[in-house]
Amino acid sequence: MPLDQSFVGRSWPPTEPYLVGREKIREFARAIGATDAEFHDPAAARALGYTDVVAPPTFPVTITMAASREVVADPALGVDYSRVVHGDQRFAYKRPVVAGDALVCVNTVEEITSRGGHEFLTTRTDVTTEAGEPVVTVWSKLVVRGEG
Amino acid sequence: MTAELEPQTFRVTRADLVRYAGASGDFNPIHWSDRIATGVGLPGVIAHGMFTMALVGRAVTAWAGAPDAVVEFGVRFSRPVPVPDTDEGTEVVVTATVKEITDEGHTRLSLTATCNGDKVLSMAQALVRKR
Repeated sequence: MPLDQSFVGRSWPPTEPYLVGREKIREFARAIGATDAEFHDPAAARALGYTDVVAPPTFPVTITMAASREVVADPALGVDYSRVVHGDQRFAYKRPVVAGDALVCVNTVEEITSRGGHEFLTTRTDVTTEAGEPVVTVWSKLVVRGEG
Repeated sequence: MTAELEPQTFRVTRADLVRYAGASGDFNPIHWSDRIATGVGLPGVIAHGMFTMALVGRAVTAWAGAPDAVVEFGVRFSRPVPVPDTDEGTEVVVTATVKEITDEGHTRLSLTATCNGDKVLSMAQALVRKR
């Protein structure tokens, strides 16, 4: 079943705020082996002008992947998740995510294409603070592999 | 004006994938179950694409010399990174070439990541700010 093209250009309402915890950033930094002091030590991050520890560059995907489930898991869109592989991933940052941020995600389906029997779904997630300050924009392209 | 930066090598074991799954919330079983990974046609358990990208991000922030220097960062996942169930696991090697200095003074890096000699990313690049 092809993906529903009428989803292209559609945006979803803002998600409930995700409160970024200091220990979550530390846990993520440890999991990727990132030892920079600013990921672990609030004093080091304050020396760079931040209010608390900063997150490594790929940390936002832990928030946006969960947030974009509302799009990808919508049965009307028609994604068979057992056939999904991650195609592309891109981030454009205004600033790093900082512990204490309350982040809101707005998902948009940017593009649906097909090539060689596979389908490609590009979502954009605009991540802002609750007050509306832009933090990072995250694009994910999922490949839905064709059958056979 | 092409500068090659010092390559960086990262070891990846099954324990790393388990830790990353927990920290990131990505519990897709192809990253921890050989049974399920081979069942969908993979050679075995593979690394999360986002784990590989995170290692590349470590290399980029190390080259930039600041944890908050990355302005843009994008990759295409072109091949899986199989991670055998051994103490050694596998290795991912990250290289970077300076492509240009933009009008804003940012540095554009062209990136590669290889595993067993295969390129596992394509079209990978980062834009970094000088502090």
